[in-house]
Amino acid sequence: MTTPVAVPPPATGDGSRPSLLSTEQVSKTFGGLVAVNDVTFSIPEFSIVSIIGPNGAGKTTFFNMLTGLYKPSVGQIVFDGQDISRRRPDQITKLGIARTFQNIRLFATMTAVENVMVGQHARMRAGLIGSILRPPRVRGEERSVRVKAKEMLSYVGLSERVFDELAVNLAYGDQRRVEIARALASEPRLLLLDEPTAGMNPQESDRLTAFMRQLREERNLTILLIEHDMKVVMGVSERITVLDHGEKIAEGDPVEVRANPIVVEAYLGKQG
Amino acid sequence: MSAIGRRTSLPAPLRDLTKGRGNLIGAIVALGIAALLPLFFDPLSSVTDNFILAGAYVVMALGLNIVVGFAGLLDLGYVAFYALGAYTVGWFASDHFTPINHTKGIHILAGKFASTLPGVHLNFLLIIVVSIVVVGIAGMLIGLPTLRLRGDYIAIVTLAFGEIVYRFAVNGDQIEFASGYKLTNGRQAISPIDSIYIPGFKEFDSALNLRPYFWFVLALVALVLIVNFHLRDSRQGRAWIAIREDEVAAASMGVPLVKTKLMAYGTGAAFGGMAGAFLGSYLTSVNANNFQFGFSIFILAMVILGGLGSIWGVAFGAILLSFLNTYFIPNVFDTLPHKLGLDFDLTVLSFGIFGFLILIVMILRPQGLFPERRRALELTEGIGAGDATFEVQAP
Repeated sequence: MTTPVAVPPPATGDGSRPSLLSTEQVSKTFGGLVAVNDVTFSIPEFSIVSIIGPNGAGKTTFFNMLTGLYKPSVGQIVFDGQDISRRRPDQITKLGIARTFQNIRLFATMTAVENVMVGQHARMRAGLIGSILRPPRVRGEERSVRVKAKEMLSYVGLSERVFDELAVNLAYGDQRRVEIARALASEPRLLLLDEPTAGMNPQESDRLTAFMRQLREERNLTILLIEHDMKVVMGVSERITVLDHGEKIAEGDPVEVRANPIVVEAYLGKQG
Repeated sequence: MSAIGRRTSLPAPLRDLTKGRGNLIGAIVALGIAALLPLFFDPLSSVTDNFILAGAYVVMALGLNIVVGFAGLLDLGYVAFYALGAYTVGWFASDHFTPINHTKGIHILAGKFASTLPGVHLNFLLIIVVSIVVVGIAGMLIGLPTLRLRGDYIAIVTLAFGEIVYRFAVNGDQIEFASGYKLTNGRQAISPIDSIYIPGFKEFDSALNLRPYFWFVLALVALVLIVNFHLRDSRQGRAWIAIREDEVAAASMGVPLVKTKLMAYGTGAAFGGMAGAFLGSYLTSVNANNFQFGFSIFILAMVILGGLGSIWGVAFGAILLSFLNTYFIPNVFDTLPHKLGLDFDLTVLSFGIFGFLILIVMILRPQGLFPERRRALELTEGIGAGDATFEVQAP
């Protein structure tokens, strides 16, 4: 079969739930290379959505556009009714999108607690003068930010023993935890996880899957994840979007995507 | 239990009292001892003179430490802020603008003698405020074009700015806005500069007593230390360190890069300006010759020697290099060339000696004498460095 895929019309939520984030024909080119091509896509509020695709499919580039690290060459990204395609990363964070990175990017020489405190930057008010003079308001804010950082670290399951350990000295799993805590600290409505289970064993992956559901229930989060582990993807996602060569080739719930011959072809190659 | 390897600890109540206040207590003790120092020397002692210069350099080095140590932006043009601060006092506390107000001058809370002179004469405390504001803004302006750059390229641009300011200082005597209003006095120097005048403290009036100047600069050092410690452990300081560690991650966590970097440039520059204004007044002259590139390196060497980002280390590095410059090279080691059968003045080699010192530090102890623990890690384990491909900078 070589006929063009009939991509279902842009999902504007599954009926009842409005979409929190949507992209409208978004493309990104680097010189002559088209990394993401004409992707229209949306995430219903309080859902868990996955983006999958072979290596080099443009998943991370797409993520980077959503968080403002890249500006789309063409197209529009709308978050909560606002066009964010031209916004800076810090503005987007303030609006309520937080992320983790594929290759963990903690502030290596800051402690776990300090990392999470930076995550709250957008929610703090102390300016330069306030930081110097430290009026009671700033001192109070500093205290509550520290307390909240510790709560967040406990929430993601980090042992209190390593709270004041420099991030670089933490075990790999703990670094992943701190990164999620740091993202949660910015009080997001949408959490983007870029291959969160990379390097984890099956038990750890299962725990993380359960944790994602817990996050949605307890913190009213919407979660978008890039993931290679199909067990995680199929187990947790309500919807799956498949990218290949920068284009969206399929979309649907896990059962539909798994049965889609085009997806199978993209992953395994064409069958003789 | 073996006593070896056990750290001696304070009794519990004392420990609680000092917990997390080590820096505060250290500062009070260090400044308290320092405040008594000049009493052991003659009021005009050269030791006091050396300490005053060292104090001014501590202020500058701690300012540069914010830019280079905290935020990780290599600035090779710091002398520009020293110059601007010095010219603030040159313009607003001397008879440089003689024709102003029909040669009657403008005086705001000026001292008794200064009030009789033509030109602009502001009280030195006002000058400090003016220099902080003016030089702080200048620092941000100079920072602007570097925002899209990284690492070595920032160094090149700031170096060029330092040189531009120096050229303006040298040739400023040719730049006349109106008859009698010259930008600078070039190598002729703007002189004399009003001495510090604080109502109620007559001691500054005496040219035969350096102690008030010592205490004044000590107060500046205390102020700058407090500001540094407060900033380091604050929302602002964490944002600086986060940017130094990983710009992309910092931006993604909500740290606005442009604003945060400009704050670092502005704050660091303001300290340089403050110290510049003080030195202008203390030396009673503002000479373009003082604003050469070598001075930027001199201050940077203090920061590197002490330990990038380490507040105590940088303060120590500043005192050490300052004394090397004002005391050890001209007074202690000056006979060395003669003993070796050579005939030259050792002070001409000063910068060579500083360079050699930095080289040795880089080889033996790259994290500096008193490293900040973060930096120590970075330099020994190669942590840091980001990728330059993201478009996070677009304002």
